[in-house]
Amino acid sequence: MSETLSAGSPTGSSTPLMRFAALGTSILATLLGLLWALNAADTGMAIHGWIFTLASALTLGYLAKNLNPTKVNPFEAVDQGYSFSVVRYGAIASIFWGVVGFLVGLVIALQLAAPALNFDWPFTNFGRLRPLHTSAVIFAFGGNVLLCTSFYTVQRTCRTKLAGELAPWFVFWGYQLFIVLAATGYVLGITQGKEYAEPEWYVDLWLTVVWVVYLLVFLGTLMKRKEPHIYVGNWFFLAFIVTVAMLHLVNNTTIPLSLTSSSSVIVWSGVQDAMVQWWYGHNAVGFFLTAGFLGIMYYFVPKRAERPIYSYRLSIIHFWSLIFLYIWAGPHHLHYTALPDWAQTLGMVFSVMLWMPSWGGMINGLMTLSGAWDKLRTDPVIRMLVVSVAFYGMSTFEGPVMSIKAVNSLSHYTDWTIGHVHSGALGWVGFVSFGALYCLVPWVWGRERLYSVKMVSWHFWIATIGIVLYICAMWVAGIMQGLMWRTYNSLGFLEYSFAETVAAMSPYYWIRALGGLLFVIGSLIMAYNLYKTIRGDLREEDLPTGQVATA
Amino acid sequence: MEYQELAHFSETWGLVILLTMFLGGVVYALWPSNKSKFEKAAQLPLNDDVEAHQ
Amino acid sequence: MSKFSHEKFEKNSILLLVGILVMVAIGGLVEIVPLFLVKSTIEKVEGIRPYSPLELEGRQIYVREGCYVCHSQMIRSLRAEVERYGHYSLAAESMYDHPFQWGSRRTGPDLARVGGKYSDDWHRVHMDDPRAVVPESIMPGYPFLAKTPLNYSDLVMRLKANRVAGVPYTDEMIATAVEDLEAQSNPDADWDGLLERYPGAVTRDFDGNPEVISELDALVAYLQMLGTLVDYDVFEPEADGNQR
Repeated sequence: MSETLSAGSPTGSSTPLMRFAALGTSILATLLGLLWALNAADTGMAIHGWIFTLASALTLGYLAKNLNPTKVNPFEAVDQGYSFSVVRYGAIASIFWGVVGFLVGLVIALQLAAPALNFDWPFTNFGRLRPLHTSAVIFAFGGNVLLCTSFYTVQRTCRTKLAGELAPWFVFWGYQLFIVLAATGYVLGITQGKEYAEPEWYVDLWLTVVWVVYLLVFLGTLMKRKEPHIYVGNWFFLAFIVTVAMLHLVNNTTIPLSLTSSSSVIVWSGVQDAMVQWWYGHNAVGFFLTAGFLGIMYYFVPKRAERPIYSYRLSIIHFWSLIFLYIWAGPHHLHYTALPDWAQTLGMVFSVMLWMPSWGGMINGLMTLSGAWDKLRTDPVIRMLVVSVAFYGMSTFEGPVMSIKAVNSLSHYTDWTIGHVHSGALGWVGFVSFGALYCLVPWVWGRERLYSVKMVSWHFWIATIGIVLYICAMWVAGIMQGLMWRTYNSLGFLEYSFAETVAAMSPYYWIRALGGLLFVIGSLIMAYNLYKTIRGDLREEDLPTGQVATA
Repeated sequence: MEYQELAHFSETWGLVILLTMFLGGVVYALWPSNKSKFEKAAQLPLNDDVEAHQ
Repeated sequence: MSKFSHEKFEKNSILLLVGILVMVAIGGLVEIVPLFLVKSTIEKVEGIRPYSPLELEGRQIYVREGCYVCHSQMIRSLRAEVERYGHYSLAAESMYDHPFQWGSRRTGPDLARVGGKYSDDWHRVHMDDPRAVVPESIMPGYPFLAKTPLNYSDLVMRLKANRVAGVPYTDEMIATAVEDLEAQSNPDADWDGLLERYPGAVTRDFDGNPEVISELDALVAYLQMLGTLVDYDVFEPEADGNQR
């Protein structure tokens, strides 16, 4: 293959045969979309049919226009022969979906404080917007961060470009189409009614196709690596990709009403569905939001700190014990329910054991800084990465505690869980993603440094205050409501009506919304900073001594 | 299938299998002769400012 | 170099892939498969039946609007919970729930036994404007449900899909599905056949407008049957078959 044309444009140096095959596939996809749109059994399916048709037609148009690629990659010098174009697109998509997802979160936080904001319309009620928020932050923001960082890391540590020319682009754009279909579906009321797995059967099928190609690209790149070892960060990325595929397929096994209906019936029911759902749900946390982002930690922390990971041996034990133990933790979402006791006990015991590998990972990340702690003061990007690992440590301690049945009897069904999730999501996933983006954007756009290092500091502090407000408000609200539900008066009757416990939440819902607002403001600062960095602007700033100016 | 059968298996064979797997992993990670190999792998992210091999 | 094979994991990506798959498969297999095999997972109780067509469509509205995001349908076996909501939930009570709707957060109260607790009038006002009946409520209003006629064009297909998934809908139930749906909320209908097929179904006009079968009719029909099927006077929690 020619080296000069590689990775510049999506059609890059792919062979003419491959390009014609892609062209043919997109013609078929366009026709399929049309067929679906015109024969849809319901409005939702018709709208999705048209969206699919439009996406396929745009792909078709692009491929047809670029059948003989002549474009030169403007980033050739930066890319050094790697496929970084798709990484750049992924970084931009991450920033965009991040801001969108955080904003929707703020909206639904305000709806809980001021229910008039539901407007009593179908498309704006909390029940439809909440899945929009969770999917936007987990799958759209988190997913894009994982796509671009895994594509970057695997190329760098394998010293070779991505496998496939068109395939990585299919993964990127196919994934964006999945996000659009899922999001529009929620607002239209198309849902399976399973938390974090709301997309209906045909969207699930599309994601399966995209995910298999993602796995093939990642695996293909590992296979043609020019280094004897597969770096531990890539193990985590691979475990994330493979396990999410397994979870997705089992949890979404479903019977469509018909090929043109947007509705389906899940094959699992009742207690088995509950188990399958939380096996999926908790491992969406364990593999999407943990293993994948640990892959980021294992590359970006050593790279930014300019020293190897604290203990590679620990990372091996960390990896195998983490992926083995995590899978068992699901039943802790079902304590004291109709799930058989033996399963609840297994869930609790394994969740408590999970504390150990989690903290092994945290220690490995934090101690990488050993001997270079001054960087925490001088480099706000390192500070963000390190604090993310600290939040990881905090929430992976809180999690095992909450999985103990006695604690869970109080915390379950309350906002304590919401607070716990957000200390992990905002503190760990959010901050490690921001840190990675602050590293990645200057690297793949070939910029000397970020537009503004001071703005990173602002982002860090504003977002940190936001997180602290958020989780403290949820601790108080959750523990208070849990206690109120079980308070008896002197006559032996329950003291509080349910409505009274709802009224007591109000001040904390406002504080939570304020915390969320600060987090959104932080992300907007980041978006502006990264936009200016991409443009190549540099803000004149006095850099502290010892500042890592180059990215 | 009855609950007791499953409980019996997990308290005996299940315990042995899982414990062996865990010990195997730890022994491997701490085996002295593997040390240099791990140290080389740990350097992978740091010396990666090189051109891609096609 | 090493006696152990781990080096191969690092050097062989396919082996690594297989190793990961094996490790992540174990926990799920151990926790999920026995739930299908162990007999005592679902108790033997009298009274559990598939949803009537109107209830099933109502349940679909419940899922569509994301009610499960704020309401649980699972009363845990804890004293304060049983005193607030009623007998703790049995696995059997959700055995025909595809998907389950146990929920994870009680922003609003548990609904596992909400059936019969409030009048249809109350539900009507509550859905139109929750704060008209519960001033402290933070629930969104759903005034559009009463105004939207229920679309049940996919009813037969939904029953058939449920049957494939294991719900014992008979050929007769499927043949009479549309008829049964239209009868349940029609005060002038003959309910004998419906009640024979779906014992205990609540039959009356639910939304205060007998002219139209609205989405509200279906949703209230569903809510009014929740938790009403099992007769707890005859259920024996200590019986051998119910021990797990």
